Amino acid sequence: MRWTGGLAALLTLSFAAGCATTPAPAPRPAAETAPEPGEITRSGDPYPSTYRPLPSRPTLIRNATVLTAAGPAIAGGSVLLRDGKVAAVGRDVAAPADAIVVDAAGRWVTPGVIDVHSHLGVYASPGVDAHGDGNEATDPVTAEVWAEHSVWPQDPQFPLALAGGVTSMLVLPGSANLIGGRSVTLKNVPARTVQAMKFPGAPYGLKMACGENPKRVYGGRNRAPSTRMGNVAGYRAAFLAAQYYRREWEEYAESGQEGDEDEEWDDEDDRPEIDLGLETLAGVLAGDILVHNHCYRADEMAIMLDLAREFGFKIAAFHHAVEAYKIADLLAAAGTCGAMWADWWGFKMEALDGIRENIALVDAAGGGCAIVHSDSAEGIQRLNQEAAKVIGAANRAGIPVSREQAIRWITLNPAKAMGIADLTGSLEPRKMADVVLWSGDPFSVYTKADQVYIDGALVYERGNPALTPRTDFSVGQEGGR
Amino acid sequence: MSARGALAAVVVLALAAGPGALAETLAIVGGTVHTVGPQGTIEGGTVVVRDGKIAAVGRDVAVPAGARTIDARGKVVTPGLFDSLTRLGVVEVDQVETTRDFAVEDDEITAALTVAEAINPRSMLIPVNRVEGLTRAMVAPSPGASLIAGQGAIIHLGGGTDLVVRAQAAMFAALGEEGMSHAGGARGAALLRLREALQDAADYAANRPAFERGARRPYALSRLDLEALVPVVRGELPLVLSVDRASDIRAALALGREHSLRLILAGVTEGWTVAEEIAAAKVPVLVNPMVNLPARFEALAATLENAARLAKAGVTVAFATGDAHNARNIKQGAGNAVSYGMTWEDALRAMTLTPARIWGLADRLGSLEVGKEADVVVWDGDPLELATFPTQVVIRGVEVPMDSRQTRLRDRYRTLPGELPPAYRQP
Repeated sequence: MRWTGGLAALLTLSFAAGCATTPAPAPRPAAETAPEPGEITRSGDPYPSTYRPLPSRPTLIRNATVLTAAGPAIAGGSVLLRDGKVAAVGRDVAAPADAIVVDAAGRWVTPGVIDVHSHLGVYASPGVDAHGDGNEATDPVTAEVWAEHSVWPQDPQFPLALAGGVTSMLVLPGSANLIGGRSVTLKNVPARTVQAMKFPGAPYGLKMACGENPKRVYGGRNRAPSTRMGNVAGYRAAFLAAQYYRREWEEYAESGQEGDEDEEWDDEDDRPEIDLGLETLAGVLAGDILVHNHCYRADEMAIMLDLAREFGFKIAAFHHAVEAYKIADLLAAAGTCGAMWADWWGFKMEALDGIRENIALVDAAGGGCAIVHSDSAEGIQRLNQEAAKVIGAANRAGIPVSREQAIRWITLNPAKAMGIADLTGSLEPRKMADVVLWSGDPFSVYTKADQVYIDGALVYERGNPALTPRTDFSVGQEGGR
Repeated sequence: MSARGALAAVVVLALAAGPGALAETLAIVGGTVHTVGPQGTIEGGTVVVRDGKIAAVGRDVAVPAGARTIDARGKVVTPGLFDSLTRLGVVEVDQVETTRDFAVEDDEITAALTVAEAINPRSMLIPVNRVEGLTRAMVAPSPGASLIAGQGAIIHLGGGTDLVVRAQAAMFAALGEEGMSHAGGARGAALLRLREALQDAADYAANRPAFERGARRPYALSRLDLEALVPVVRGELPLVLSVDRASDIRAALALGREHSLRLILAGVTEGWTVAEEIAAAKVPVLVNPMVNLPARFEALAATLENAARLAKAGVTVAFATGDAHNARNIKQGAGNAVSYGMTWEDALRAMTLTPARIWGLADRLGSLEVGKEADVVVWDGDPLELATFPTQVVIRGVEVPMDSRQTRLRDRYRTLPGELPPAYRQP
């Protein structure tokens, strides 16, 4: 199919590039697939990642307690970062002659923290009206909008998250709409353009929202949806349209009128019209775009799982999922992650039944995938602390949680939900060297990120002004700090 | 009256007086006791609680005969935590307006608004917060129609039908961006409105008979509001001003001096930049140590080191979450304050003895000292740590049940699926 031939081919190529041992992920093969200027095309990657890792040197962090997110903790462990990748992890890793050696006695090393639910850049600080770029709340279905077109790289919240160890994040549109638009996966590096932050090879996501927000926003304007049943009718109508759209293009392709990928269309007249929103939804149906679904209540999540089956797609993660513990078995069976807060509750009816053990119970279900998310520019700075509260609450309740397990809630599991777990999220050879060196146990309130590496480059070092990035907005605004 | 009848009457009276009157004698034995008082920290200490009060604290304290013993060996014992800014008891669900009871859109009732009688002692938020060590809280109103929000009340989080410790504990008002939004859109107008209110209240207090005769100039505020402000202008009732920007903090300090107010500042995000002035004015501050975003133009100098820098400059610092559902996270804020430079002892004090002092309750609350009301928490580790929770909470001498709606929901759903739906699972 034309569609998958376009975007999916690009994804495959860049995934391959990401897994290779070259120092930098290869740039997108834009020259080969980019349409001619002015050509009407539905394929391609019009805003490609231009991310390049910052300069790095081979680095051996040794003598640390290493939580790999892929196995048992390693006491007195070492992690070797080379050419942007994790080169070795273990107890006995020799220091290459050219490596910087960081003695981490008493300190801990983990994969870079990943937040699967962020609005950094689309709801920048200061939170003035002019920075409200997260909700295209003009129609309940806006599958055509892309969060990356709202991201302000100068948001001063990015470096604060970096100081909290966050190396990657999924920036999503807000939850005013049933279908809010595409999310974008970013590397948390300071950059002049959003393209230079885009995580190479990460698939797109689609933001969907259940429950109170869409029905409140649109019901308040006396238009659909104003009820939960109106919400579901809205999703169904949108995906039905996407099914027709997809079939239309398939038939067009089968009719033989479609030329070779690089050729222009043979007959403009017979070609179906391109619809930006349906392109995104067709991408979901094709499995290329991952669904991230804001949904609080257990009963609504169960309906959304059925809806996904109805249209033949999978929900990567339910976000917020305050009642996920009530259907942890259903989530595990569907292979859908729960991305949750540690303890937010009660701010609205659908958040009333929040409990401290939610994340641990979702994790404990056989095959469960639990994630600590932030949805907050404050919370993103302390995802390790949020996880720690869950560890304590769960253990108190007799639900045993180890640190090895909890670290996955903020690293490997969000990477899975974002479709980048082959590239990052754990300390395993050949993965991106996205690494945090913590001053101590990352689940202690007294611990801070001392160093943060992204693709092997030291991008943040506490107390070192030369490695404490600040966005333009902060320049000259900090009260002499 | 028969003996049984007399006993029943005593019980009824005791119940009416609250659970403290029926409290057992308790001996909390063997813990690391942080008294936050002159006795400092006592390893292997004992705290004896009798008739709702602390009867003894020390290493070599005998357990009274008949006392119920709580084994605190290997545990940490502290005074109950005190959050100096909450909405506890005046909100159940933020987005359900009928459960929000802390702001009034009526310009005839501003300073006169009280929250005390609106506080719901059966709020589900109370057990959720107290099982995590919160035993006292200031319940504050928010600005509605006016930059003057009304009067806050101090509550305990124990049982009973009345949680109010002090019904009219402080007057609340906002300057800065919030204040200007209630004054036509200019900081100068907000300050003018506040000064006008204070001047009118002083004039009213001195000329009540003339006012009653209708022989006084018109006032900007209603009679009820003027009446409520009289104790503020007399320096009897604290005025809590919300301010964040350094220039707003300085303007608030000037206002406090002018009117000889018992001033307290809340928010104070940029406080560290003018810490010496705040310290010199001897004005206490209520801060949330986890605020560090330049989220507004009045908070560009926000930093996680604010609390520590203020304390270091000699400012009296108490912690305040401004939250309700998660006021319990006040201890996470304290831990972060320590992580960013405050001493551990100062941080514990900022949510125990310091708020008691700021609110004028230090003779009754805030530390483990003989004669004080017995709010005591037994923790399974360092209370500032994230994974630490209380194993027992005592409020006014009574062991509170260590469960909440949340623990009950958890227990309903911890095994899935069950033979019968969770609706049949108790409790």
